[in-house]
Amino acid sequence: MLDKNGIAKRIAKEIKDGYYVNLGIGIPTLVANYIPDNINVVLQSENGLLGMGPFPFEGEEDADLINAGKQTITMLPGSAVFDSAMSFGMIRAQKVDLTILGAMEVSEYGDIANWKIPGKLVKGMGGAMDLVASAKNIIVAMQQVNKAGESKLLPQCTLPLTGVKCIRKIVTEMAVFEVDVENGGFHLVERAPGISVEQVRNATAGRFIANNDVPEMQL
Amino acid sequence: MINKVVNHAEEAIEGMTDGMTLMLGGFGLCGIPENCISEIVKKGITGLTCISNNAGVDDFGIGLMLHKRQVKKMIASYVGENAEFERQLLSGELEVELIPQGTLATRCLAAGYGMPAIFTPAGVGTELAEGKEVRDFGGKDYLMEMAFEADFAIVKAWKGDTAGNLIYRKTARNFNPVMAMAGKITIAEVEELVEVGELDPDQIHTPGVFVHRIFQGNSYEKRIEQRTVRSV
Repeated sequence: MLDKNGIAKRIAKEIKDGYYVNLGIGIPTLVANYIPDNINVVLQSENGLLGMGPFPFEGEEDADLINAGKQTITMLPGSAVFDSAMSFGMIRAQKVDLTILGAMEVSEYGDIANWKIPGKLVKGMGGAMDLVASAKNIIVAMQQVNKAGESKLLPQCTLPLTGVKCIRKIVTEMAVFEVDVENGGFHLVERAPGISVEQVRNATAGRFIANNDVPEMQL
Repeated sequence: MINKVVNHAEEAIEGMTDGMTLMLGGFGLCGIPENCISEIVKKGITGLTCISNNAGVDDFGIGLMLHKRQVKKMIASYVGENAEFERQLLSGELEVELIPQGTLATRCLAAGYGMPAIFTPAGVGTELAEGKEVRDFGGKDYLMEMAFEADFAIVKAWKGDTAGNLIYRKTARNFNPVMAMAGKITIAEVEELVEVGELDPDQIHTPGVFVHRIFQGNSYEKRIEQRTVRSV
């Protein structure tokens, strides 16, 4: 079973040299820590920055320089700043190669719910609806089951949707899945170290597809 | 040239009355028009519809207007941690319309570019699409979203000149340039106001044609919402 950092580490392997990447809040943010040094990756922050760097050293924080989570950050050489409309322009026009975000539920057809729980106070979708509607390459980073022990990989989402037929890859603490958005199904492609196909099957409520030999993740 | 320079926020918001629609630039507390917000609070203008990405925090930004119950309706993409906001929302005192961040920015952009509406894939197949026109372009569905109309757009820039030309600093740019283009009356408050000729025309982000009133603000607090640092 992977911890949050393990999930981030596995996702980092999906990032290729030259990619522009948008990282959501939560586990996705941790992915930045595992990008290999030998590749060149540009992080996009949807409030208007390409080339996001690490947090500043104490005393070097700048109120005018934050990420989409409102955290103080730095800019790397080659950075570019732009307005919010241009930021979502590059997202909508698929200039950003990879989007990594969290989810509350994903359906076997690649629908995603991650912004609203009826009866609870809604804080808003931020940029999530724009990202899932437009990005060509989205990876969901999430726990396989919720706090009540119920699978988050479902035949259909029960929560209000953020987007439809848009999630094609999911990485959880147990496995890596590819989602068949046309026919419906979670195709198990990798198991976390020490996790059996049966364990993953038992934690997947939607249609589960696995070949005989499912390899273990290489981290 | 008509004089756009006003002395302070009080003069800048002249003509702003109860029930108007305002656009307010900023992302979180970054790049918000602090001086104008203070003045609106001081004047006690009420029944306002505010278009802004966020709603400030309890004791800063638009949160100050919420505390004095000046906001009737908030149009935002994310309202964050704001106890007074939650209380007013749950009691029904405050109307809230949550929209995707890209839709918010592009509805401002459309207004500024003189276009009545946009088509965006954001929200297709979700509850946001209810009651909206959906159109298929090349096999993909898009929602029609209308350009915003705002009586005032209030933006914050780093530098400006007396002709209203503006330059923003780092990510404090965010929604400010698109909102600056979108107001019936646009107010710009700047950290440093200079004479014409002092800014390099090649570096201008917002041309002065969009700005009706400009002033040099004072006592900028520039509060940080999430101070994060790395260990040495």
